[in-house]
Amino acid sequence: MTIKNVKDLNKIRKTSLATQKKHPKKVLVCCGTGCIANGALKIVDSVRDGLEKRNLKDVTVEILKETGCHGFCELGPLVIIEPQETFYTKVKPKHIEDILDKSFLDNEVIEPLLFTNPVDGSKITKYNDISFFKHQQRIALRNLGKISAHDMNEYIGVDGYQALAKVLFEMTPDEVIGEVTKSGLRGRGGGGFSAGRKWKICKDIKADKHYVICNGDEGDPGAFMDRSIMEGDPHGVLEGMMIAAYAIGAKEGYIYVRDEYPLAVKHLEKAILDCERTGLLGENILGSDFSFTIKIARGAGAFVCGESSALMKSVAGEVGEPRAKYVRSVVKGLYDEPTVLNNVETLVNVPTIIRKGADWYSSIGTKKSTGTQVFSLVGKVRNTGLIEVPMGITLREIIFDIGGGILDDRPFKAVQTGGPSGGCIPESMLDLPVDFDSLTEVGSMMGSGGLIVMDDKTCIVDIAKYFLEFLVEESCGKCTPCCEGLYQLLKIVERICAGKGVEADIEKMERLSENIMLGSLCGLGKSGPNPLMSTLKYFKDEYIAHIKDKKCPAGVCPELITYEILDNCTGCMACIPACGYDAIEGKKKEVHVITQDKCTKCGACYAVCNFDSILVS
Amino acid sequence: MIHITINGKVVQAKDGEMLLTVIRREQIDIPTLCHHEAVEPSGACRLCMVEITKPSWDGWCDYVTSCLYPAEDGLIVNTHAPKVNELRSSILDMFLARHPKSPEIRQLAAEYGVMKTQFEEVVDGDNCILCGICTRICDTMGFKAISMVGRGHGKEVAPPLNMAPAACVGCLSCAKNCPTNYIEYNMKNGGLTIWKKDFEMIACTECGATTITKEFAEYLSVNRDIPFDYFEKCDACHRKELAGTMGRIANWDREARS
Repeated sequence: MTIKNVKDLNKIRKTSLATQKKHPKKVLVCCGTGCIANGALKIVDSVRDGLEKRNLKDVTVEILKETGCHGFCELGPLVIIEPQETFYTKVKPKHIEDILDKSFLDNEVIEPLLFTNPVDGSKITKYNDISFFKHQQRIALRNLGKISAHDMNEYIGVDGYQALAKVLFEMTPDEVIGEVTKSGLRGRGGGGFSAGRKWKICKDIKADKHYVICNGDEGDPGAFMDRSIMEGDPHGVLEGMMIAAYAIGAKEGYIYVRDEYPLAVKHLEKAILDCERTGLLGENILGSDFSFTIKIARGAGAFVCGESSALMKSVAGEVGEPRAKYVRSVVKGLYDEPTVLNNVETLVNVPTIIRKGADWYSSIGTKKSTGTQVFSLVGKVRNTGLIEVPMGITLREIIFDIGGGILDDRPFKAVQTGGPSGGCIPESMLDLPVDFDSLTEVGSMMGSGGLIVMDDKTCIVDIAKYFLEFLVEESCGKCTPCCEGLYQLLKIVERICAGKGVEADIEKMERLSENIMLGSLCGLGKSGPNPLMSTLKYFKDEYIAHIKDKKCPAGVCPELITYEILDNCTGCMACIPACGYDAIEGKKKEVHVITQDKCTKCGACYAVCNFDSILVS
Repeated sequence: MIHITINGKVVQAKDGEMLLTVIRREQIDIPTLCHHEAVEPSGACRLCMVEITKPSWDGWCDYVTSCLYPAEDGLIVNTHAPKVNELRSSILDMFLARHPKSPEIRQLAAEYGVMKTQFEEVVDGDNCILCGICTRICDTMGFKAISMVGRGHGKEVAPPLNMAPAACVGCLSCAKNCPTNYIEYNMKNGGLTIWKKDFEMIACTECGATTITKEFAEYLSVNRDIPFDYFEKCDACHRKELAGTMGRIANWDREARS
């Protein structure tokens, strides 16, 4: 049907709500990319077959929901039974018969599939009782895991497009901008610039055309919040874009998605098509004077194309290289017209801000960083995944309450925030409130919200090397300081990791880093030395140990460590076949020996030894 | 007209004119590798960076590429501030490590006191400094036959798919404007080969010397209204003809006077 006006919209909302009420019993299967990789589509098929067998074929659509990502991907495929909120992890098709009979039709709980609390080994039944979810506050991720990702009517059922109706008929563009500014919403792509102010600057420029672009070119290693949002709540992104377009007077919008996100592209395409068919995109939306179209621009996966000017060149079909922004892209952006570029997460917050008001939003978080932030919590923590928490929460709360602490109870060493442009934060700063400004103050940044947790077995110099490798690989190559400077930084760090560093290298790296920051063309180059600089600042001793003592304290850098078998070796022979290089010799019940010149220091023996008999030094 | 201060001297400039233009008009020497009058500035080499400030900035300075920064009234520019000098030699040091064999880079680096790089030399470093003058000129000429391909250290100038580019007319603008003479071409037996594409050169109808490629002549006659037969004579023969014409005119004048 077409949605010609607000009345039509509300009719769909009512029908959708009535359907939900009529069928409170539901089977939610997470169909985010992570769970699909773990076999979620087979689970969906099994549930569908199971429902058919139980004569529930006619109501499959109402019962079976293919939802977006819950963020707890490592335990997928995830299945939730409603209304009990029973949360099942690592579900296999063979479990479905049981789940349907016992948990769905009856109120039983299938214990082996429940989440095991990694701290004390207890089983937790309900979704919201799990510490990973309990401490979260979801605004950007509000619909993820709750509704069928590709069903527009369900989105409308959860107040979808109500904010659009509100701005079109109750607010002027200036009022919309005023509300977003007042909410304190800052760009979630990394810069942290006030979204409302950006819109205001763009709107005030007289031009033939204005554009809205949604930046879905998520490129930080390990970050996947934008992907999950685009996959799991595509209409939320579209509604945010429509509101932005209405506010600045844009008639055309683009979503720039990297082509490595096929599911996001598919769901966005379907959402756009559904909106076009019903009239939520096109001419005179909901019977108002507002007309707007959205096109998808697919990126080829260059990290630099997340940078605004490079992204706009790429949308226009040119080579994605940044330009100097003495004239900002909000003034002269896509096709040289004023353009608002907002990140996926920024835009998906907008409809809720409009519906619930700026005061509500700014009451969450801190004074200067309002609202919530989605983080991708990875590394050496027990619970990894996507989380959304209020700004101002401490790193300790994130890592120990939500993340469940460090794996194997090892000591915490550092946490890397902000991706390749961010920095490493040491243990002494674990109580730092996480917001835009305090992270910048300590030499890191919010970035797109990556959090990589490291334990004492992580070598900080090796981490710096990893990020430099990433940046050298992803530097667009246009300006010399970024392309050549970062390459030379990497060469120095590689030398240090190989035990060939000299003391003068530290000062050399510091000076080179300063020149790269000063001389680079775009933000990626300017922030490129951050991972190195922050580790040099907080972990200089570790660099010195590599350079002077030729030792890697964490036991990671192959050239600086040796593997030895201690006398407490039981002679179990487990390590002998584990070694791919025939470097270990020994007989049963006799202490084994590693031949040093054959050992590649891969750590395979260490991983299989059950008696702590292998010493890395 | 506006006024800006460069290295302590107040000079006039047009509003919005790029700083580099003003600086060079004042005969102040700052190096550039990616700048070319014929094309839009790109800001790639970063050698033309200068320190700028304004009295209202409370002592705060910014560092900008002068090729891209528009002049504004009251701006105070320092083309050789200590930080700028240090940055320039550092960048030249990076260039020298990447292109250790390039005579042009070695000379420029030496001018800034960098005789030997402190960085690791790239062993198979070529002489393409990725300034992008060739690709921008090709764009400006309207051909877009070559572009930057790849990224980072693996970036190179190449035609699409590294195959003979259909759009290339063999005008040689890329090769003739390359600051390090890196772009190879081959002219022999009345033909030209560049970017793996073979062209036929037009032979001068008078002396047989080659002029320009047939494709380029066709392009210019169609798009720029220059008669095709103009290119059927080489430069030298055009001059000979011109001298002859001028001589005849002088004779007519003499005859008319006598």
